Amino acid sequence: MVTRYMLGNEAIAYACCEANLDFASGYPGTPSSEVIDTLRAQKLRDFYVEWSVNEKVAFENALGAAWTGVRSLFTTKHVGLNVAADPLMTSGYTGVKGGFVILSADDPYAHSSQNEQDSRIYAKFAGIFCLDPANVQEAHDMILTAYPLSEEFEIPVLFRPTTRICHSKSNVGLNEIGKDGVGTEHRTGNFGKDPRQYVVVPAHTRILHKKLIEKQDAMAEHLVKLGLNRAEIKEGSKTAVIAGGIAAEYVREILPDDVSFAVIGAYPIDTEWLASFVGRHEKVLVVEELAPVIEEEVRQVAGKVSVFGKKNGCVPYDGELTLEKVSAAFEKAGIKSRRSFVPVAPVADLPPRPPILCAGCGHRAVFYAMKKVFGKDAVFPSDIGCYTLGIQLGTVDTTICMGASITIGSGISHVDNKQIVSTIGDSTFLHTGIPGLINAVYNGANQTVVILDNRITAMTGHQPNPNTGITAKGEISPTISLEAICRACGATFVETVDPYDLLLLLQTFTKAKDTKGVKVIIARQPCVIAAKKSGLKRRRLTVNPDVCIGCKACVRFGCPAIEFFDKTASITELCSGCGICAEICPKSAISQEVI
Amino acid sequence: MTQQACTGTKAGTSRGTGDNDSFDLLIVGVGGQGTILASNIIGEACILEGRNVRSAETHGMAQRGGSVETHIRIDGRYGPLVPTGAADMIISFDLLEALRYRHFLKPSGTVVSAEGIVVPISAFQNNLEIPSADWIKEQMSDIKLITVDAEKLAKDAGSILSQNVVMLGAAAKILPLKKESLLKAVEELVPKKTVEINKKAFLLGYESA
Repeated sequence: MVTRYMLGNEAIAYACCEANLDFASGYPGTPSSEVIDTLRAQKLRDFYVEWSVNEKVAFENALGAAWTGVRSLFTTKHVGLNVAADPLMTSGYTGVKGGFVILSADDPYAHSSQNEQDSRIYAKFAGIFCLDPANVQEAHDMILTAYPLSEEFEIPVLFRPTTRICHSKSNVGLNEIGKDGVGTEHRTGNFGKDPRQYVVVPAHTRILHKKLIEKQDAMAEHLVKLGLNRAEIKEGSKTAVIAGGIAAEYVREILPDDVSFAVIGAYPIDTEWLASFVGRHEKVLVVEELAPVIEEEVRQVAGKVSVFGKKNGCVPYDGELTLEKVSAAFEKAGIKSRRSFVPVAPVADLPPRPPILCAGCGHRAVFYAMKKVFGKDAVFPSDIGCYTLGIQLGTVDTTICMGASITIGSGISHVDNKQIVSTIGDSTFLHTGIPGLINAVYNGANQTVVILDNRITAMTGHQPNPNTGITAKGEISPTISLEAICRACGATFVETVDPYDLLLLLQTFTKAKDTKGVKVIIARQPCVIAAKKSGLKRRRLTVNPDVCIGCKACVRFGCPAIEFFDKTASITELCSGCGICAEICPKSAISQEVI
Repeated sequence: MTQQACTGTKAGTSRGTGDNDSFDLLIVGVGGQGTILASNIIGEACILEGRNVRSAETHGMAQRGGSVETHIRIDGRYGPLVPTGAADMIISFDLLEALRYRHFLKPSGTVVSAEGIVVPISAFQNNLEIPSADWIKEQMSDIKLITVDAEKLAKDAGSILSQNVVMLGAAAKILPLKKESLLKAVEELVPKKTVEINKKAFLLGYESA
């Protein structure tokens, strides 16, 4: 046993190695990305790992591997599970031979997400297990439980950490890989043909569905036996608290000694066990983040017991829980909290410091030129990536989900005569953008599609994608051509531009504006962070204060390297030398530093 | 199930008051200033002393030059988040950020902040008034505030990039961790080439506070 200070996602990845993982696939998404990133960075990597093109692809790869009998992992953020929902919903029917863990990281408070959906509901919907850790150590330990559990019942296990597990650190006790054979027993896949299991034609699937339903009670009972759902009954107590996920930690910190407590760490919940716990008390408070999954089960078995939770306003449905919120829930339910809190408001009206595109980011130049050519009346549907920050520059009008920039734009173009300019990153284009482009060309949409090609999946931490030219394992991959893909989709206007060439950007956008149909512009410049890491250096820009007239044209460009004091602009050491500000300056006051 | 590895031994130096039984702190700053390395050093020092620790970090999009916060609970046994009005200490790499997060501090707590201010570009773009260092300090006159010229001390140590370690050194007298554990953690976690610079940065910070 060794103890380390570890990120939740690292502890999860480490536990997968301890559990003899054979196959891992995923698509990057905060807060899940570091699991695959940790796996692919292992020095002794004797398992298969890939970044896939999207979550459906990743899920099916991992499922296929699990069907051959090996231990398999698929990772995604919660909304990525929507993309993989098609295979997910039938994976309980087909079941698995090797253990299959579906890691879907939820993001209460939507720190880096478009919604606050609750993956536990998917597990219930699909009839599979769900494990919901309360802390980093438990996240590690539950992975070790998940693989044998999945194999015993031949059912996938949905593993649901949240942001505050994935991106928390703590001292974690680990079983050292390699010591006493830990993590060294790998299997070889052997697909055994069984069409009644793996070909879900109606005649087969009706039988498979019945079998899945029949397993549910035994699954629920087993989770109590494993101690994943457990109760500490205080004899004589009329009050109980039930909590799941990280909420269990908040409850433990403030729970009085004389109140019963049940922790729900896994689903499906054994109804009889739950009913017997609830029935011992007169009052039960249910504390969980996001959807009232536990609460609904508790209410079904409560009878005359009073239930407090989301449905009577004690616990919020949205956002993430905190000690203060859980303490307030205790108070509303009439339970004395061991700690009391007086929430303090932040100092008002400080200049905000939101995240911004980096100095020298090619996206900023593209947005600048787009706005200049198409004007503010044009509609700018966008997508999910760093470039969503273009909202600050007035060039992101819509964002709903991965790949939706092209499709939302097409829809608008068929019924609204405004100019449409959709922006989408290279990874997102490969993820789910391509079908939208084919559809736009096929159905005669009138729109400009700008592929912001920085050759990497930047926002989630610079993961490689097929456009990068290397795999998750660091191997060189065959080159793909975005230009050839777009032409093959039927687009005839396909132009590639360098975002640092402002004049060409403006000319190309003007040409696109004057052309009917679907126009594709590929704006290609490596991500400035990745470029710096690979050693690329450009000379910084500097402002000649004698020439600067203080017009702020460069400041409005929004680059974090440009400051403005005493009616004069200046450029800080953040500058990465893209040179766009020099092209924007009406007085030519900005030029490259002479070394 | 694996047993909890650490037992939460308390190395009873100065401890926070109030009813938290852990020492709760925030490390705040601007994305890119090295808050995560600072948090790792504290976490590693806890491991070296065989103590429990819980922390929560900002990852993903919020890192892009935005305001970032890391919560750390030394001897923490429960969730990683520190409630408002309950932190024993705030370590800030930017004076404006110290003010932005001061509502987390308990009345008896301490803010250890760098003197410098990275002006948010929102101020230039929207013509917002840029708060002066004096005004910011005035807003925190009711609490214990220690400011450190981290930029100068980091340069003295040999690299402007060592400001985060300077700040950690400056906070070390109040942190309930041994100076030796923190120094050992610095040694283990910074790039090999920069160990001497960072150890010097830590000690310069330590002496300054």
